[in-house]
Amino acid sequence: MAEELDKVDVVVVGTGWAGGIVSAELAKAGKNVVALEKGEEKIRSDYIGVKDELRFDNRYDIMQNLKGDTVTSRNEIDETAMPIRSPQTMQIGIDTGGASVHWAGATYRYWPYEFEMRTQTIDRYGEEKIPDEMNLQDWGITYEEMEPYYEMWEDTAGIGGEQDPLAPERNKPWPNPPMKETPSLKLFKDAASNLGLHPYQLAAGNMTENYENPDGEQLNACMYCSYCTRHGCDFDAKSDPIATVVKTAKRHDNFELRHKANARRVLYDEDENRATGVLYVDENSGEEFEQPADVVVLAAFAFSNNRLLMLSDIGEQYDPETEEGTLGRNFNGQYNHAFHGATGFFENEKFNLYMGAGALGATLSDYAADNFDHSDLDFIGGGAIELRQYGFAAISSSNNVPEGTPGWGKEYKDTSLHYAYRTLTIWYTANAMSYSHNYVDLDPNYSDQYGDPLLRVTYKFGDNERNIAQFGIERCTEIMEEMGADIVEPGSVPDEFNHSYTGGHYTGGVVMGDDPETSVVNSYLQMWDVDNLFVVGGSAFPQHGGHHPTPTIGALAYRAAEGIQMYMDEVEGQLVQANSRRRSV
Amino acid sequence: MAEHDNKGKEKVFSRRDFLKTSGVAAGGIVGGAMFGGVVGSLYQSDEGTQTAETETDTEGASSEGEVLDDARTYFSRGEDFETLSAATEKIYPEDDNGPGAIELGVPYFIDRQCSHFWGRNSREYMMGPFDYTAAETHGIQSKMTRAETLLFGVRRMLEISREEHDDDFANLDEDTQINILESFESGDVDITGVRSEDFFALLRNMTIQGVYADPVYGGNRDYGGWRMIEFPGPRMGWGNDIESEDFQVIDPEGLRTYQGGGM
Repeated sequence: MAEELDKVDVVVVGTGWAGGIVSAELAKAGKNVVALEKGEEKIRSDYIGVKDELRFDNRYDIMQNLKGDTVTSRNEIDETAMPIRSPQTMQIGIDTGGASVHWAGATYRYWPYEFEMRTQTIDRYGEEKIPDEMNLQDWGITYEEMEPYYEMWEDTAGIGGEQDPLAPERNKPWPNPPMKETPSLKLFKDAASNLGLHPYQLAAGNMTENYENPDGEQLNACMYCSYCTRHGCDFDAKSDPIATVVKTAKRHDNFELRHKANARRVLYDEDENRATGVLYVDENSGEEFEQPADVVVLAAFAFSNNRLLMLSDIGEQYDPETEEGTLGRNFNGQYNHAFHGATGFFENEKFNLYMGAGALGATLSDYAADNFDHSDLDFIGGGAIELRQYGFAAISSSNNVPEGTPGWGKEYKDTSLHYAYRTLTIWYTANAMSYSHNYVDLDPNYSDQYGDPLLRVTYKFGDNERNIAQFGIERCTEIMEEMGADIVEPGSVPDEFNHSYTGGHYTGGVVMGDDPETSVVNSYLQMWDVDNLFVVGGSAFPQHGGHHPTPTIGALAYRAAEGIQMYMDEVEGQLVQANSRRRSV
Repeated sequence: MAEHDNKGKEKVFSRRDFLKTSGVAAGGIVGGAMFGGVVGSLYQSDEGTQTAETETDTEGASSEGEVLDDARTYFSRGEDFETLSAATEKIYPEDDNGPGAIELGVPYFIDRQCSHFWGRNSREYMMGPFDYTAAETHGIQSKMTRAETLLFGVRRMLEISREEHDDDFANLDEDTQINILESFESGDVDITGVRSEDFFALLRNMTIQGVYADPVYGGNRDYGGWRMIEFPGPRMGWGNDIESEDFQVIDPEGLRTYQGGGM
C-alpha cells in the first residue's frame, strides 16, 4: 500500500531541461514544488576526473539502465515488436538533468515555416504536395510567439553564436560570442562559400566565455577537452540543468528534488477530470508513495510522457486503423540521424580531431526548412548541413577507414591508423515527418520490472525521409568534394528504420496544436482534457524539425512554466480556446 | 615517459615498472609460457615520437616479469583462453606499427569485461520471450549474456579447429585461423543461442576496445594502443591548441595520471 505524502502545489516528473526549467520557474514564483527523478543524484564532481571513452561512449554510463524498462519496436502494424535490449541501440538520458546533461550543445531555433508547416506548405505548393499518410500539422504557435521563450532559454543556457545569415534577424545577439574556428571548420566554410552557400559558426551550449546567467548561475569558458557528448561536463562549461536550472531551483526551500523516484502512474480523478498527484516507487527501498499535488507536470523523455499517460488511462489512445484518438499519434523523432551526408578522407592533411567540443561546428541553412524552392523536389522540409569537431577518443577514431577496408586484421590496422585523423564527415539534419502509420501504444507481450506493459513504437520511414536524405547526401557530397578530400564517400539511404535508437531525439505522441482532434496539449502544453495536467518536452512536437530538438524543448518549457503560473493564479480551466474543429468538450 | 607516475611515492611496483624490467615474447601466451606471466614486449617511446623498440625474450617470462593482475577470473579453461587470445591477435595483429592484441593485454581486458556489468548484461533488458533468430535489424535478441556469448563462441572455434584441423585453434597457421574467423563473421557457423556473426562482432569490438580503452581496464598496455593511433588521452582541455594548423603528437597520459596518480 502506497504511503500518501503531504500535498504540494506542483509535482514535476523529470529533471532535464523541461522539468528543470518548470521546477526553477515555479520555485522562483514561490510554489511548493517536488521534482521526481528516477535516476541517481549526480553533482558536478561526478563528472570530474572521469574522462573515459569506454565508460561513457561504449558502456553508456549515464544512459538509462534497460534492465527493468525499455521500449519495443517494429516497422509495420501487423508485426510483433521486439524489445530494444541493449544500450548499444537505446540511448536515453537518466539521472539528475536527464538527457540534457549528455547533450552536445548544438543550438538552433526552429524556423517560422516549421511551426506552421502545414499552412505554409499548402500556401506555397498546394495541398497535393502533402502525401495522404503524412500527418503534417501546425504547432498551434508561431515563431514570433516562440521567440521570447527561445531568448529566455538561450540566456539561461548562455549560448554562444553568431547570426545565421539566412535566419530571421535576432532581436538581440546571442548571450556569448561564437566558439573558436579550427582548420576543419575553416575548410568546410571556405568550400561552402565557394559554392555560393552561407556557412556560419554553429551556436553552442559550450561556454565561450565565463558567464553569469539571469538566475545568477556561473558558467565557465569551455576548454575544448572533447569529453562532451554522452559525457557530463566537469567544469560547468557546457550548459546543463545541473549547472543552471536545477541549481536555481535548489536554492529555494520550497523546492525538493527526490532521486530514484520512479513515477509509475498519474493519479487521476475521473469524476472531477483532474490529476491528483503521482504514484512513484523509491527505487532504493522499493516503497511506494503517492505525492498529491494541485498541478501535475510530466516533463520526462517522450517515451515516458507517453507511457505514463497510457498506463494512467488518461487521454484517448490513437488507433492507426481508424485514425481515431490522439495519444501516441504523431510519434516522431530524428530517426534520420542514421543518414550520413558524406565522408571525406584526406591524404595530405591531418586534423587535431581528438580535440573538440560537443557543439564545435560549422553549419549552413541554405537547405533548411523552406529556404529553397521545393516545387520540383519530391519532398518537403530540410535541415542544416553541419561539420562538427566533437573531439574523438581512440576507440571512435579507429573506425575511420574508407569503404572496402576489412573490419579487422593487418589491413584494417594499418589503414585505420593512417586515416584516424584524416577523416571528416558532414551530414544533413533533415526534418522527420509524422505519419498515420507511426505511433506509440502499450506492448501486449513485454512488460517492465513491475509487470506494467512496455511502450511499443511502430515506426517506418516515409518517402519524404528517403528522398530528403538522398538530396542531403548529394549536397554534402558536393561540399566534401569542394573541400578537396582525396576519397569522397557519399552516405547511403537505408531501406527501412532498423530499430536503432541511438540518435537520442525521439519526440511526439503528446503533441501540441490548436485542435483537440489532432493534438493532446494546447500551446501551453496543458492537456486539453485535464486542465491541471501539463505534459512538457519533446513529446509535444507534431513532427521533428530540421535541427536538434533541445532549444525548442527549453523554449516550450518556459512557455509551459508561464502557463502553469497563469493557471494557478489567474485563469480557471483551459488557457487556450480550442479551435472550432473540436468535436465536443 | 614514466615521469608522471608515482612521483615522490614510496617504491611500489606499478605495471609500467614491471614492463620496463621485463621483455616477454607476445607468443608466450600460447604453449608452455602460459603460466609464466604473460606480458607484452618492451615498448618504449621517445618524447613525442613514434619510435617503438621491441625487445623480445623468447625464453618466456621470468618471475620478475609477472604482471600481478594478469590472471583469468572468468575464462576457467586454459584452452578457451588460448583460443580467445589467438583470435584477438588475428583481429589486431602485431605489425610494423607496433604491438598486437596479446602484447597490449587485450585477452585479459576481455576476461575482465566478462565479469563486468557489460559482460553480465546487467543493464540490458533480459526478460523474455527471446528469439535470437529475429531479423538482424532488431539488434541483439539472445538470451545469453555477452560473457556467455564469448565463451561459447570461443569453444565453438576450438571445437571446429579440433574437428576439422586436428589441432587447437591457437596452434593453427595464420591463414587457417583467419579462415575460421571469417566463417564466424559471415554467419556460417551454428552456435546454439546466438548468431555466429553476432559473436564475431562482439569479439571484434571487444578486441578493438581493449586496444584503445584506458589502460585501467587492462588493455592498451603501456599506452601501446594510444601511441600507435597518436591519441594523448584525457587532459583538462585543448583551448591553446584547438586552432593549430599542425597535428600535435603528444605523449599519452591516462586516467591514473589525470586523477592525480592514485591515493
